[in-house]
Amino acid sequence: MTSLHEIIEPLGLEVKTSDTDLNREVTGGYASDLLSDVMANSNAGNLWVTLQMHTNIVAVASLKELSAIILVNNRTPADSTLVKANEENIPILVSKSPAFIMIGKLYEMGIR
Amino acid sequence: MGHLQEEFTKVQELVYELKIEEAMTADVITVKPHNHMNELRDLLRDHRIAGVPVVEKNKLLGMVSIEDFIKSLADGDVNSRIDAKMTRSVTFLYADEPLVHAIQKFDKHGFGRLPVVNRKTGNMVGIITKGDIIKGLLKQLEVNYHEDEVRRYRANHVLNDIVADRISLILQYDVVARDFERAGTASSELKATLKSLGIGREIVRRIAIASYEAEMNAVIYSDGGTVTAEVMNDQAKIEVIDHGAGIPDIERAMQLGYSTAPEWIRELGFGAGMGLNNIKRCADVMDLQSEVGKGTHLTSIFYFKKQRNDEPTRNH
Repeated sequence: MTSLHEIIEPLGLEVKTSDTDLNREVTGGYASDLLSDVMANSNAGNLWVTLQMHTNIVAVASLKELSAIILVNNRTPADSTLVKANEENIPILVSKSPAFIMIGKLYEMGIR
Repeated sequence: MGHLQEEFTKVQELVYELKIEEAMTADVITVKPHNHMNELRDLLRDHRIAGVPVVEKNKLLGMVSIEDFIKSLADGDVNSRIDAKMTRSVTFLYADEPLVHAIQKFDKHGFGRLPVVNRKTGNMVGIITKGDIIKGLLKQLEVNYHEDEVRRYRANHVLNDIVADRISLILQYDVVARDFERAGTASSELKATLKSLGIGREIVRRIAIASYEAEMNAVIYSDGGTVTAEVMNDQAKIEVIDHGAGIPDIERAMQLGYSTAPEWIRELGFGAGMGLNNIKRCADVMDLQSEVGKGTHLTSIFYFKKQRNDEPTRNH
């Protein structure tokens, strides 16, 4: 089992939220930009790789009890998204890589 | 750090709340004024203590300590009576004073122990040391913690504790049209509430998915409405009622991937044409009624007991 803080440095992720738990376990991952798809198919503890960055991603992650959201292509979340994410304790991590590369690296690290 | 500070203020609060009598030792070893200093030595050694109150007829006359004994040893009069060697003007505490007074007196005088006197009768009722204070505080913290745990446990078993042949608990949340900042709040709040009612995790998860999808539909396509959850003994009924455009062709709307969402909505990741399907997959019963120009009424029912597959798992 991998915990969230173990992947942040090796993947060069930038932690955008200030007040969220980075010690939680990552149970795997899901990648999609369609919210209903994530609602339907992600599992609790999953990392969510997406380029969506509006507030509602926090609601989805919180309802599905996902471990964190990784925004790809260096997408910067709106302040309102970060406020909500801190409230709901959903870490938002930003990667400079595009989704394909990001997911490949996660897969290599054993997150399946 | 924040947690530590909270505990610290809790202790500060307790030293004002707790009375001396709640922390003191009531079973006190004492000596009488006519005992001799020689007897004191055995008493102190046997009980491993450094000083005792001198008491007669329940009244505190003074304190005598190991230092007094050493002094009389040096003076060569270990056979003298205790009341000749004891300290007479004794600092003491009343039993009904707050614990903080004891702490202040220990700090001020550097004593290791202080006798405790009942304010009304004037009788000596106990003795208090710094160790007693620490023990008293720890005990009280434990009591508080236990009460806290019990409260948390109860909150999680509200439904189990209700005695009735039928239960019907209504929870209602407002949904505001096109408010994407607040969208999903109703479902989040409903989920948290159902969890604290003690409803099983798997059912709560299914309800959360269904109510989120229905809530988002109301946010995107209607002029607003409500999410109403009715929690019963064996099932929960979630109704999402909105006012607005309505659905012209329900059959088509139910088709996977069919969506009437405008482009800007789709760019936000909504309007995938999956919402109603998600609801159908999560709910045990689903009913969709809609009238064009009036609004939509979606009912979904979740049975608590019935065994069914967990929320849809993806194929590997």
